Amino acid sequence: MSSTQSVGRSIPRVDGEEKVTGRARYVDDLTRPGLWWGATARSVAPHAILKRIVLPDPLPADVVVVTAADIPGLNGIQLLTADQVALVPEGGRIRHPHEAVALVAAPDARTAKRVAAAIELELEPLPAVFDFDAALRGDVVVHQNPDAAPNVYSDLTFGRGDVDAALAECDLVLEGTYTTASQEQMYIEPQGMLAEWKDGTCYVTGSLQCPYYVHKSLVALLDLPPEQVVVDQAVTGGGFGGKEEYPSMIAAHAALLARRAGRPVKLIYDRSEDLRATPKRHPSRVKHRMGFKRDGTLVAVDVDVLLDGGAYTTLSPVVLSRGVLHAPGPYRAEHVRVRGRAVATNHPPQGAFRGFGAPQTTFPYERQMQKAALQLGIDPWVLRRQNRLREGDTTATGQVLRWSVGSTEVLDKAEEVLASPPPHRSTHTQLPADPSALRRGRGVAFYFHGAGFTGRGEERLKGTLTLALCADGVYEIRSTSTDIGQGTLTTFAQIAADVLEVEASAIRFAPRSTAVAPDSGPTVASRTCMIMGAVVDQAALELRTALAIYGREVGLEDPDDLAAAAAHHAQAKGELARTCTYHSPEGISFDDTKYEGDAYPAYGWAVCVVDVAVDLDTFEVAVERCVHVIDVGKAIHPLIVKGQIEGGTLQALGWALWEQVTYADDGRVLNDRMTNCIIPTSLEAPELETHLVEVPYPHGPFGAKGVGEIPMDGPAAAVANAIEDALGIPIDQVPVTPEVLARLWTSRPPEDTTRYERRA
Amino acid sequence: MNLELNVNGEPRPLDVDPWRRLLDVLREDLGLTGSKEGCGEGECGACSVLLDGEPVNSCLLPVGAVEGRAVRTVEDLASADALHPVQRALVDLAGTQCGICTPGIAVTAAWILETHPEADRAQVRTLLAGNLCRCTGYQLVVDAVMAALEAQR
Repeated sequence: MSSTQSVGRSIPRVDGEEKVTGRARYVDDLTRPGLWWGATARSVAPHAILKRIVLPDPLPADVVVVTAADIPGLNGIQLLTADQVALVPEGGRIRHPHEAVALVAAPDARTAKRVAAAIELELEPLPAVFDFDAALRGDVVVHQNPDAAPNVYSDLTFGRGDVDAALAECDLVLEGTYTTASQEQMYIEPQGMLAEWKDGTCYVTGSLQCPYYVHKSLVALLDLPPEQVVVDQAVTGGGFGGKEEYPSMIAAHAALLARRAGRPVKLIYDRSEDLRATPKRHPSRVKHRMGFKRDGTLVAVDVDVLLDGGAYTTLSPVVLSRGVLHAPGPYRAEHVRVRGRAVATNHPPQGAFRGFGAPQTTFPYERQMQKAALQLGIDPWVLRRQNRLREGDTTATGQVLRWSVGSTEVLDKAEEVLASPPPHRSTHTQLPADPSALRRGRGVAFYFHGAGFTGRGEERLKGTLTLALCADGVYEIRSTSTDIGQGTLTTFAQIAADVLEVEASAIRFAPRSTAVAPDSGPTVASRTCMIMGAVVDQAALELRTALAIYGREVGLEDPDDLAAAAAHHAQAKGELARTCTYHSPEGISFDDTKYEGDAYPAYGWAVCVVDVAVDLDTFEVAVERCVHVIDVGKAIHPLIVKGQIEGGTLQALGWALWEQVTYADDGRVLNDRMTNCIIPTSLEAPELETHLVEVPYPHGPFGAKGVGEIPMDGPAAAVANAIEDALGIPIDQVPVTPEVLARLWTSRPPEDTTRYERRA
Repeated sequence: MNLELNVNGEPRPLDVDPWRRLLDVLREDLGLTGSKEGCGEGECGACSVLLDGEPVNSCLLPVGAVEGRAVRTVEDLASADALHPVQRALVDLAGTQCGICTPGIAVTAAWILETHPEADRAQVRTLLAGNLCRCTGYQLVVDAVMAALEAQR
């Protein structure tokens, strides 16, 4: 029924012109009459009892201060639980060194910041804990769940077969411990919110991914009926997961200040505050064992995952869930045992970042596969092909892969691409001209990523949106699926346009506001195009059907003329709307307690190949070629999909080589500026070779499945495998900064240089 | 203090503290919010403007230092009826995603088109290295700038 006028074509983004001209209005571009500015006073100790908050005396006139005592409802940010307070109350416990304690608003930002900085805290220090082993010993208890070990937010185990018996019979058992560092999302727009009150209703506008998360949190914190809280997304300058949860905190603060000040208040973080306070990627430590037969058959996998969740629960249990589900990799194995624990420490809380636990568990298994290939003397590509999951195979959770398994196609395509030279050469002028100071190597990673919420998550979310033919004859999408740069608006417009036989540019969008749009679920988990795009498709089909019936009822000359029926309805009857809710495909089932069944409705499949040059004088690593082949089901907008993959790829290369958040001994974020918390520029970035494979997902819109997160998972292992190929030493941690690599190289045991066969 | 700025070809007399950042004066006093703040220390380039034709970080310049000099912001790139060629290319080739870095990139790219008409990909990467983008991995940005360069050759 659907024509394909727009889907599959790279039309101009619907928000492109306003962004390239600077007309797009981000939260910091908004103002209001009588606007004041907010600032936050934070703890300085990682763990302490807050005895007293001492305000400057006298307080400047024209300044308001808010503390926990001013919170009308629940002092907690609603996520999985509400254990994270919005403001630490006097007598309460400070759990990390950047925790919010008091808020200030003033007519200008400088005054607000000065007063906030002058607030002093009387503290009773407590011992603090920052590493996995000490936290698990429970010497210091940061968090205690009922009926659980101290400092464990979540403890998950699943698997199949008999791992111990199987490992005992394997010809090769590989064991490794892998560590990954925290990483900052580094959206270029720092977080911020604007709040105002009118007639008892609180209006919040800001930089955010999930309007209804913020709404839920504000309703409880402000103790208001849901209709008296309105959350609206401003144009948002990137998120990558970083604006999934913390916007609820900033919105709470801005709302409290605006309530107290009796005027609109804008609370915009500068980069340093954003880097200190907001959640980042969980640091990890993963023990990974794999058992093989001599012929390369993978028999058993045994994994133990630790994630540092920091001082509050936030989303750590679900990050862990995704992490452990991906830990066995895209490989068949009869015997699997995976355990994972998310651990509480006095670090600032960690949270959502593209990949959501999967990058931390992909790195280990693809390092293991590489080591296995070398030790078994089997070509790494052959070993991966030999053990790869195919359609009809069963995963570690017992899921039978029924559709959209592009594992073979991505491997074939990658080998085909590598047979030709790259279209553009990456140039790295800092590399030495002397070839004797250079070592070159190639690494591959083969991996998968589950798209959409885990298990029955989508059934619980019930993502809903409305597609309406408005009285003015224009089609309008009312959804709280946000565009944070990934192209939601354009993609939705294309899907609706093709069903409704109009140009994509003719589709209008209602504000992503809780006042006018239903809860489409959060904009996370690679779910927006695949899940909510399918709902757009369904709503458009329902609208189309209703208009066809209407056309016949009113006796249109051509009853199949959709445009005529729409115009007639708009003029004669006004609006015609369809509100649809997502339902999982038939036959999808998952047991949340046993971790058995269909963990994800579909998986993306991918191969990443990286060529590196290592400078043996400086230990800098240059990426000279990066080929990424990803099965996306169907590219609704090929350039947007390519852009998603390339952005994710460079973030992953950054995590592999340069990026990390470092913490002081007292848990503070040390590198809290862009100067020292670095991300790649266009100079370090290699020319990215991105190739899409389309093995359609039958329940996605036009066959599409999630693509946002998958490129984050694999490149780090490909980089480490390439460095190992170049130098002959194992690389079991990221980032592989020059300092790390220099240490690994100079301390390499003599046997390590011969254990791994070097390839030319 | 009374200063006369020249912004986007027009004289803009102002009574301002000369130590305020040019970025803040543009955004707050002149309503030119196209220039963005991503870091406040000259790393990200989201605040890029042209000063006497050369790209600078407006977050690092006290407004008193630009009196009598020509400031050109992203708002001046497009004409009333058409985008600047590099803006057009950024839209058509998906070189913008979240868009927060895009004004700065458009300003720098317009400068590249004017001053380095023969630039190749490697030179474009060097010239854009002061403008951080977290969404695109730079590939489609470089593609767009190259397309605009090739179109004007």
